[in-house]
Amino acid sequence: MPTTPRRAAFGSGIRDIAPILIGVFPFGIIAGVAAVEAGLGTLQAIAASQIVFAGASQLATMDLIARGAAPIVIVATALVINSRFVVYGAALAPHLRGLSPLQTAFGAYLLTDEAFAVSNHRFARETLDLPTRSAYYLGAGLALWTTWQVSSVIGVIVGGGVPPEWSLDFAIPLVFLVLAFAAIHDRGTRVAAVAAALAAAATAELPLNLGLLVAAAFGIAAGLLAERRR
Amino acid sequence: MGGHSSSTVWMLLGVIGFGTWLIRVSFMALLGRVERVPPLVGRILRLIPAAVLTALVVPGLTHAEGSFDLGTTRFLAGMTAAIVAWRTRNVPATIAVGMTVLWIAEALL
Repeated sequence: MPTTPRRAAFGSGIRDIAPILIGVFPFGIIAGVAAVEAGLGTLQAIAASQIVFAGASQLATMDLIARGAAPIVIVATALVINSRFVVYGAALAPHLRGLSPLQTAFGAYLLTDEAFAVSNHRFARETLDLPTRSAYYLGAGLALWTTWQVSSVIGVIVGGGVPPEWSLDFAIPLVFLVLAFAAIHDRGTRVAAVAAALAAAATAELPLNLGLLVAAAFGIAAGLLAERRR
Repeated sequence: MGGHSSSTVWMLLGVIGFGTWLIRVSFMALLGRVERVPPLVGRILRLIPAAVLTALVVPGLTHAEGSFDLGTTRFLAGMTAAIVAWRTRNVPATIAVGMTVLWIAEALL
């Protein structure tokens, strides 16, 4: 099998994403613990990481299941959080054009913030042929996938033994705080965050956490207005 | 489980998993027919994380015990952690500070 360049590309995908995996590992543990704390059975808690494979939306889902939110609110919130993948897919598509439908389907499943970041960076810098690019993307994507599965299984195992007095559920909003601040980088995103925060506090007592979607929509509208006025 | 049955949770995971995959595959597969994300959609997508993540966090802090109350241990710990999150953008540091403040506050109050 004359796959040496491909194997090398697969390896460099793993190497490039490796530093990021150090940060992914504790995040995966928290996702596993959160699933158990939300009341999921062991099999369900482990399967969540394979079926969804998107950390922030998994945490939000577990948080909302624990709070008894309406199923429609849970699904909508998770999908809205994951809507960012539209942008990643569009950015990577020109580089992965020509893959078979099956390869595209599997590649899409492996799409994450981290795999996108390293691949987009590498593809923008270097001219590589399609097999090399797809091998690189596969290396990065599978390395992240494996890390996520191993760390969330550890979280599921550990999660059952954590006493409720430790209030470990509080780790979820703490992770979201960091992700929220990381998402604020200009006037529009700042206005969106502040408006969503105020609206979320004002609508917090609506049943089934419906206020969440109202507040998010309000924040996005405010952000769009703030950008237009500039 | 907040009132949700095991089969409801399976259904939720299935719908969210499949929906997420559709989002992931959409522009990868559509390319050729749709070349770029429309500008307004792109601007909305860019604002979503800041708005949704904030809306997820705030009620757990301002309404930690069910009704509006800024005197709870979770509000205090959350605000302290928010400063760390803002200055460092570091997940382990934010969790360490937030959980420590929460445990100390709960032991004292």
